[in-house]
Amino acid sequence: MELPEDLKYTREHEWVSIEENVATVGITDHAQEQLGEVVFVELPGVGDRVEKSEPFGVVESTKAVSDIYAPLTGEVTEVNDDLPDSPELVNEDPYGDGWMVKITIGEDTDLDDLMTAEEYRQYIEESSEE
Amino acid sequence: MADARRTPLYEKHRAAGARFVEFGGWQMPVQYRGLLAEHEAVRTRAGLFDVSHMGEIEVAGPGALALCQRIATNDASSLAVGRAQYTIWCDESGGTIDDTILYRRGPERFLFCVNASNTATCVDWIGKQAGGLQGALVRDRSDATCLLALQGPKAVGWLASVGAPWIEALPRFGCAEGEVLGLSLFAARTGYTGEDGVELFVDAGDAPALWEALLEHGREDPGLEPIGLGARDTLRLEAALPLYGHELGRDISPLEAGLGWAVKLGKKDFIGAAALASQRERGVPRRLIGLRLVDKGIARATYPVTTEERRVGEVTSGTLSPTLGQAIALALIDQEWLDAPLYVEIRGRRVAAERVGIPFYRRSGPGRDGA
Repeated sequence: MELPEDLKYTREHEWVSIEENVATVGITDHAQEQLGEVVFVELPGVGDRVEKSEPFGVVESTKAVSDIYAPLTGEVTEVNDDLPDSPELVNEDPYGDGWMVKITIGEDTDLDDLMTAEEYRQYIEESSEE
Repeated sequence: MADARRTPLYEKHRAAGARFVEFGGWQMPVQYRGLLAEHEAVRTRAGLFDVSHMGEIEVAGPGALALCQRIATNDASSLAVGRAQYTIWCDESGGTIDDTILYRRGPERFLFCVNASNTATCVDWIGKQAGGLQGALVRDRSDATCLLALQGPKAVGWLASVGAPWIEALPRFGCAEGEVLGLSLFAARTGYTGEDGVELFVDAGDAPALWEALLEHGREDPGLEPIGLGARDTLRLEAALPLYGHELGRDISPLEAGLGWAVKLGKKDFIGAAALASQRERGVPRRLIGLRLVDKGIARATYPVTTEERRVGEVTSGTLSPTLGQAIALALIDQEWLDAPLYVEIRGRRVAAERVGIPFYRRSGPGRDGA
């Protein structure tokens, strides 16, 4: 399982890459592996506002439907237009070509509860022991 | 999953890297290499399924035929020795207790293959019915029996090349006892994938050896691989084969599910006959249809089906068809709205659907399903 050190992670298995005031969001390698083959991705539109911890999109694998949760509050400035036609990118390259949305970060957004790679690794290990 | 049962092949699946799911009270492999690759393997080559969670109920003795006739909707008297038929167990009100395959192994010897989730119910139900009949011995053989399904266009021809031509010689829905790779078993040209293939009933003790031998001999040619329940579901859905709990249930009659061809009202009285006769005469309120989504989205079980104005039914099963690349679904719809423009409501959004004929997928070549 791949866990880039320079990313932040959520309990709902999204990853976040923050550059200045823009956050790029996708689902983690662990998430895509658990889901199985992704066959459909539903994303918000550019200009939509997403609320932290609220679902903003849906990813469907051959077996399951899962919500994607916003790791932070802000406005969607870009969506990955390749995903509707090539949802398999989420499996093949979850941290690269499988990215989902870019969000401008609101001023009062709290980023403190995002996990580091090490914290997320521990979180997964603890969850899988249950 | 702690108290879910495991088949004798559990360790084989684990060693092969399977991911597991609980299904019908069993811990079963849901996928090995990946659902789409496994699906394609069965459509183009051959795949091996462990379906030992299914139940096997043997009915034997001079009263065996009478018991089969009483308990199931199809006509077992028309079943020759060495043949199988799809048949349904109903309750008095015409609700479906289970859908099964009935194999006639001898003049007075039958075998019902029942769904895993219904095995206990079926054993109980047939036991009660047998009490009122003379000379019918019912035995639950589920624990002693494993079931492996070898399915795909190359499955049967390959078996012939490894010393089991007798299986290729069986007709569709034919069954016989014989040997495969040195192991004795009972084989039937039945399946749940929409492909040609064979199902192998084998003693539980021999199952791991059979599983191993089949995969070892078939790995290179014809490219045989293990297939999980995930692909089993997409395969059966493309072939529009019903899954109990989805297209059938105590609140769904076989006539609603489009299985009237397996309900023989002309035969002597069977459980549910009066209710089903009345349904056939008056017509059933709902009907199972095939849908294809016109716009983006995937219909899933329990999603509402609507017209412009109202809810008129529900999706019973839905998936993205790996073979067709389209979102397909089976849905139970109120009869009066069958010809209306239909939509599937996906997470509050209405997605246009088109009614299409079922099965969604039909294999080419001879020997198609036609039980």
